[in-house]
Amino acid sequence: MPITLHVDIVSAETEIFSGTATMIFAPAEMGEVGIAPRHAPMLTRLKPGEVRVQAESGEELSFFVSGGMLEVQPHVVTVLADTAIRAADIDEAQALEAKERAEKMLTDKIADIDYAKAQAELAQSVAQLRAIQKLREKARQ
Amino acid sequence: MSGAKEIRTKIASIKNTQKITKAMEMVAASKMRKAQERMRATRPYAEKIQNVVSHLAYAHPEYHHPFLEEREARRVGLIIISTDRGLCGGLNINLFKTAIGAMKEWDADNLEIDLDLIGTKSNAFFKRLGGNVVSTASQLGDAPSITELIGTVKVMLDAYEEGRIDRLYIAHNVFVNTMTQQPVLKQLLPLQGADDETLKTHWDYIYEPDSKPVMDALMIRYIESLVYQGVVENVACEQAARMVAMKASTDNAGNLIDELQLIYNKARQAAITQEISEIVAGAAAV
Repeated sequence: MPITLHVDIVSAETEIFSGTATMIFAPAEMGEVGIAPRHAPMLTRLKPGEVRVQAESGEELSFFVSGGMLEVQPHVVTVLADTAIRAADIDEAQALEAKERAEKMLTDKIADIDYAKAQAELAQSVAQLRAIQKLREKARQ
Repeated sequence: MSGAKEIRTKIASIKNTQKITKAMEMVAASKMRKAQERMRATRPYAEKIQNVVSHLAYAHPEYHHPFLEEREARRVGLIIISTDRGLCGGLNINLFKTAIGAMKEWDADNLEIDLDLIGTKSNAFFKRLGGNVVSTASQLGDAPSITELIGTVKVMLDAYEEGRIDRLYIAHNVFVNTMTQQPVLKQLLPLQGADDETLKTHWDYIYEPDSKPVMDALMIRYIESLVYQGVVENVACEQAARMVAMKASTDNAGNLIDELQLIYNKARQAAITQEISEIVAGAAAV
């Protein structure tokens, strides 16, 4: 029986692949790497590209990743794939957008929260909900 | 016939409302199943990245990441994840209550608070009541994608890295089961190390190209995945809460219809009796 390693390829939104393999190739940032079992622990970023997994049966499976992270432990390899296209300037633009949305929302900005008002309002809503519940229990009897 | 027609129109209108709430209940039930499915699908990534991060806590890189450093708090960040739509019972209100409670305590400790609001309902709530909102995201839909969260999370992470905030918390609902959703508030940053005794030996990763960029990228993804999980879980909570709320209103509408039907029948009976007695009296007079 050949020595194998466990491979997990996951993205934030779903699991892509999980199984055993004899070898795995991934597009690391510094160039493509081939990981065989008992590789030293390693952590690196991935470039967009193809992750190839050589299954025990000799079959080769291939997955596209648009970047992510690769973690290697002697018998476990984890590929944390990105689903989104990542680049510093794109992230920056999105962060700016989020800030702008906040500013737009608070044109009449009040920086201090009126805690008393907030709590009073919430207490009122909770009381309403409780009253509804009681009414319902009564109706059931 | 006194008011019989009015009662009949009222019954018809309640029946219409009942049809709507019944439909909403069924839609929410099917959406809840899908949301739960999605919640399950995000779990492998969260578990794996959690593993890697806790491995990192025991590795000994030369670079110490700021996300792992505890510092004195002067200003805290809070991410609040609410729903986009209403009609889901006390879900949002309970969450806001938890958040406001914590915020009041921080305020008493003279900590300033930066808010990051996700979901239309939290936007509306804090717009009315004030608060220092630094970033928002809403209209994520039933199948939120992580792409839409990157920006708003980055605002908070940047603030943390630049030292504008010293703690980062997240508040969202946790899906316990269909009937119960629990609002929780937990600390994201600085990261609290997980205990894993098996790994407490001296070893380190090979970092390529260098420990700093690798750890930066990993930490950002880790926090993003935690926030994303919160959002996905909150969607499942929303649908469950809506299903329960709509079921209750369908039942209530049923009760109301029964009561009105009784009143209607009585009114009809009274009218008939009156007519008969009038006829009989008329016949006797002839």
